[in-house]
Parts: sequence; C-alpha cells; structure tokens
Amino acid sequence: MSGNKVIKNLKSFSTAAERFEGSHVLCPGCAHSIIVREILNATNDNLVVSASTGCLEVCTAIYPHTSWDCSWIHIGFENSSTAVAGAEAMNKALRKKGRIGSDVPEPKFVAFGGDGATFDIGFQWLSGCFERGHDMMYVCLDNEVYANTGGQRSSATPIGASATTSPAGSTSYGEKQNKKDIIQIMAAHGSPYVAQVAPNKWKDMIKKIHRGFDTKGPVYINAMSACTTEWKFAPHETIEVSDLATDSLVFPLYEIIDGTELNITYRPKNIVPVRDYLGAQPRFKHLFKPEYEYLIKEWQERVDAYWEYLQRREEARV
Amino acid sequence: MNSKVMDLKKIEVWDGNMAASQAFRQADVDVVAAYPITPSTPVVENYATFEANGYIDGEFVMVESEHAAMSACVGAAAAGGRVATATSSQGFALMVEVLYQAAGMRLPIVLAQVNRALAAPLNVNGDHSDMYLGRDSGWINISTFSPQEVYDLTLCAFKIAEHLDVRIPVNINQDGFMSSHTAQNIRTLDDKTACDFIGPYKAVNAMLDFSKPVTHGVQTEEDWHFEHKAKQHDAMMRSRKVIDEVFAEFKELTGREYKAVESYGMEDAEVAIVAFGTTYETAKIVVDRLKEEGIKAGIISPRVFRPFPLEDLSAQLQNVKAIACMDRSAPGGSVGALYNEISGALFNSPARPVLSNIIYGLGGRDMTVSTLTEIYKDLVKEAQSGKLNGTIQRFVGVRGPELNYYNA
Repeated sequence: MSGNKVIKNLKSFSTAAERFEGSHVLCPGCAHSIIVREILNATNDNLVVSASTGCLEVCTAIYPHTSWDCSWIHIGFENSSTAVAGAEAMNKALRKKGRIGSDVPEPKFVAFGGDGATFDIGFQWLSGCFERGHDMMYVCLDNEVYANTGGQRSSATPIGASATTSPAGSTSYGEKQNKKDIIQIMAAHGSPYVAQVAPNKWKDMIKKIHRGFDTKGPVYINAMSACTTEWKFAPHETIEVSDLATDSLVFPLYEIIDGTELNITYRPKNIVPVRDYLGAQPRFKHLFKPEYEYLIKEWQERVDAYWEYLQRREEARV
Repeated sequence: MNSKVMDLKKIEVWDGNMAASQAFRQADVDVVAAYPITPSTPVVENYATFEANGYIDGEFVMVESEHAAMSACVGAAAAGGRVATATSSQGFALMVEVLYQAAGMRLPIVLAQVNRALAAPLNVNGDHSDMYLGRDSGWINISTFSPQEVYDLTLCAFKIAEHLDVRIPVNINQDGFMSSHTAQNIRTLDDKTACDFIGPYKAVNAMLDFSKPVTHGVQTEEDWHFEHKAKQHDAMMRSRKVIDEVFAEFKELTGREYKAVESYGMEDAEVAIVAFGTTYETAKIVVDRLKEEGIKAGIISPRVFRPFPLEDLSAQLQNVKAIACMDRSAPGGSVGALYNEISGALFNSPARPVLSNIIYGLGGRDMTVSTLTEIYKDLVKEAQSGKLNGTIQRFVGVRGPELNYYNA
C-alpha cells in the first residue's frame, strides 16, 4: 500500500504504525517528536529521511541505537537538504538505468533541519536544492533558537527573546533583530508548495503534509516547534503554548501554492493578544518590565500588520 | 556501461582534465555532483558536454558550492550507487568537513583532485597544499604524474573504493596545469573494456533498499567513537592489498604497471629525491643525464600517499646515502610533511642517510631540469661528506634572501 495515509481522528493517528520510534532522548514535552511522527505517519510510502545536526539528530541516532525505522542519513549541520537531494538524484539515476524497477513505488524524500540549520548555516544548501528543483520535502523544526547547544540565538530568534548569546540584562532586552521571514523567501524560490504548520493543529498539518507529498518538486514546511527547554515553559504545556502561538497569530497557519496562491488555513475564533503568548514563556519575562512595554505593543502591531498582509494577499491572489 | 558508446581512437590527445572526465564517463557513474573551480573546471565541463550529447545515463547535478557537491555525493553514495566529483584548492578546502564524513561513513566516492595552491595570496596554479590539507581525512590518496596516469588510475580508483573489503573514498591527485592542462597522447580503453574492468557497483547498506532500513551518520561519543575511527584506520591499512591487486589486474589488461611506490634509477642510487606529482617525470630526465655522468641518482615517489607505504619506502631507501624530501606545500612552521614521513619510515631501520627537506614550487613556480640537477649535485656532496651542506630545510626557487631552517 502506498500513497497518503488516511488519518481520520486522533485514535487512528495514535495507533498508526510508527517509523519514528519512541526510543529517543528528546526532552519530555519537545514538539519535535510530535511533528516528526505526524509527518512520517502521513504517508505509507517508503521514506528517505535526513536530519541536520541538532536536537532531532543527536537524540535519535545514538550508536548503537536508532529511532528510525526508515532510510535515514545525517551528514552535518548545514546539509540535510543536500543529503536527500543527492539520494533523490541517485533514485532518478538508478530508475533511468533500470536498476530500480518501474514496479517499485517512488519513495518520498524528506529533510529535517532546525531553524539554525535552515535560516542560518544551511540556508545556501537549502536555496540550492530549491533552485535545482529536487523532488523533496524540507521541514524546518522552528523553535527559534539553537536549542541543541544550549539556547544561542539564531536568525529565527524573535526580537526581545533572551538567548544565551543575546541575553536580556540590565541594559538589554535580549535579541535585537526581527525574525527572518523564511516562508516568503522559500516561496520566492518558485517552490510549488510552501506552508507553515503547527503540531497542535494536527488536522491542518496532515492536510498540508499530504499536499506536500502529492506535489512534485521542492516543498518547504515551516513547523512551529515549541521548545520547553529554551522557551522555558513546563513540559506538559507544549500544546497550550502552541495554541497561544497559533491563536495569537504570531505563527499564522497558511500556505503558498506556486508562489502566488496564498491560503490562510486557520482563522482563530478568538484571537488572543500577543501579550498572552509572550507571558506564557519566561524567555520573554523581562519584556513585562515597564521600560520594555513598548516592545510588546510594537510586536502586537507587527502581528496585526502581517495578518492584514496575509489576508490581502489571499484575496488578491498574487 | 552507458547506452551510447563513444568511439575512441587507440591513442587520443587528452589533457589530465579530459583524462579524468573520460574515466568518469567510462565508469558509468550514477551521480556526479560537482562545482567548477580552476584548474579542475574542465573535468566538470567535459562531463557536462558528454551529458549534453547523450553519453551519460546517470545524473549530473551542478550544485551551488563544493561543500554541497560533496554533501550530495555523500547522500547519493549512501542511497546506493557509484558517485564521483572533481575539485581543486579552495573548493577542496570548502569540502573538507564533508570529506571526513564521507570517509567515516565508508562511502566509496571518487574525487578527481587537480592540485592547486591555497590562498592567501590567491593563486590558481599547482602545488600540493590542497593534497596535504586532506591527508588525514581518511581518504585513500593516489598521486599521478601525467595525464595517462590520471586516466588509468581514475579507472582503478572506482574499483579500489568500491571493493567490498575497502569501501573507502579515493582521491586521485594531479598537478594543476602541469598535468590538468597539458595534452599528451593517451592510450585508451574502449568503453566496454574500461567499464568491465571496474565491474558493476555493489551496493552496501543502500538507503534505496527499503527491505532493510539503515541509519547513516550516527552520533558516537567517548563510548564508541574511538572504535569506529580505529576500524576506519584498520580498513585503510588493509586496503593496500586491494590496491596492489587492482594495479596487478590493470597491468594484465593494459600492460601499464603501477606500484604503491614508484621509483626510477633506485636500484643502485646513492642520492635520491622523494617527490610527488609531475616533478617525478622531470626528475627521470635528470636521473638519466646524471647516470651518464656516473652519478648514481634516483627518484622515488609514494604513488599511494594514503595508506602510506612506509615499509616499501624504507626498504627502497636503505642503500641511499643522501636524500632530499621535496615538499610542494608551505610547511607552516615545521619541516615538510614528506620529510617527516620519510624520516619516520627510516628511523627504525638501519639506514642513516643524510636527509634534507626542500620546499619548492609553491603557487606553480616551475621545478626545472637545471634546478633538479643542482639539487642532485648538492646531494652528491652530502653523500660524500656524510653530513648536510647546510640546514635541514631550505627553500629552493624563491626570490630574495636564502631561507634555511633547522640545524642538524
């Protein structure tokens, strides 16, 4: 049986055969494992998976153990995209030469990278893969920080977050730059399908992953991955914090098809203030001092403006 | 074998780059992922032209950097097929991270490396800085002296790398411009003979074999890392047997003989030069002339730089009285690597020749017949007196004041 797997409800999801096993050492409450399970469970096809150096990799392939019941490779920090691109090229070559028969179903090629691997050190490799048009899905596990190495800032770290290399202090409110808008950048590569997903909105996520698997060419998925350790919330609060992220529209859920057709895929019934999202994460606690209140206000304005922008683009179909 | 055959003459006029490209084509490589850089660019351009004219059945992926080239090679090789690339100098330096990973993951990739200086200052010409940079990366390193050797040994490289007892990537070095851009008569094999010599690719732990999921590139810390690296070294040391076998098989097929240590005039040599690459060819001319003058001169080269043929070198240098180890790479505050390795090879043996270290040819500075003749003449004096003329290390062919280091 090949193709997309039908996931009707949480029960069918939770009882599906696992290709990402539970035997990993990710932190309790880490969203990475939820996201990876949701993605791998969305297909019955054979999988070639890569991971960049980072939390996912160091916690799932510690010799002599592996959490992966599928073909898997890790090379370095910057090149999980190119690792599966190489495998995808080999698949093409061996099929052309008849060494893999046409009766053998096409596998899916999936690369995972953290935001450090995606936004920063691996960006050139990712850009190259998308320009060349490899048939692959790249999933960024976006927890907005170098979590594996203890919480250094990345170019996904949002303004005002305290990270170990951009710490809040008596004269600093922490990270000074706004987060890089990676989704628009990947759409601008001409990618046929780009989407932002969140593990708490799992039906929306599965739908997008299915669409991604059905799309020929390079697909980019930005997966919000709430980090209990570096966002500093309690391990049992992962889904609650994720709900605040999607319902405050700090992480709006949308997709861009062929670079132009933008669809908002989740409209919160009750939009919660950005303040509530920030307040749930001690990485932002210093922003609640009176002198930094303006940053929260500015953040709300940015989120409102971006939501407005997404809606206009959705309407205008450009 | 590729479905479209290229009819080659028995003798073609190829430079070293074309020799490498043709060997790649005849090897029916499944994936070539590459990025162009002088002086190896034509390897990639020639291959692209073959592909554009229907001679390549495999995939040719033009990536955005050398790091990506080797990354794609690793992904492709782990997927389960024959893989090759080409580079030089800065490109090789950019690849270095992934070279270690390719070797550690035991992926039989072939790299055509056209040796070139490393910046700064930026320089596009030949020296061995890049070859030295990769010498501890866990790749089998083979040195070639001419375009014919590039062709022959690139074909051999696939057979060595992919041998089930080896599974180690192989780097075929040639001198930038002196070999890569010098056209010579090349005795060719027809496509079928060349491809049959290499044989079909034997997949090991292929990611595209879904009956047996495999995890490549794991994490090991102090509990397992040492065992992995030890086994890797052991495989490298044992690869020598396969290298010798493949060279013997190639000789059977073509009559052309290759050895882990190449030497000329060494049977009765009292003075000898140890050097890599095209300098070997120039030295052969000098050796012939000196022999006519009654000087017992020889030239010797570790054709196989890794695994280092320590015993063979030691054995062949036992009766030599004075040896100049010639390093074509900036030594960076020590004696040259070749000097160190030859010293190491001789130290536990009875031989105690006068051993000097010459740094030469950086950034493509020519090593001429006349300079080599002078070096041999100096060696003769050292052989007669039994001691160094001056310091252990000296720079030859550089302008400005003499640069001599280390007293014996």
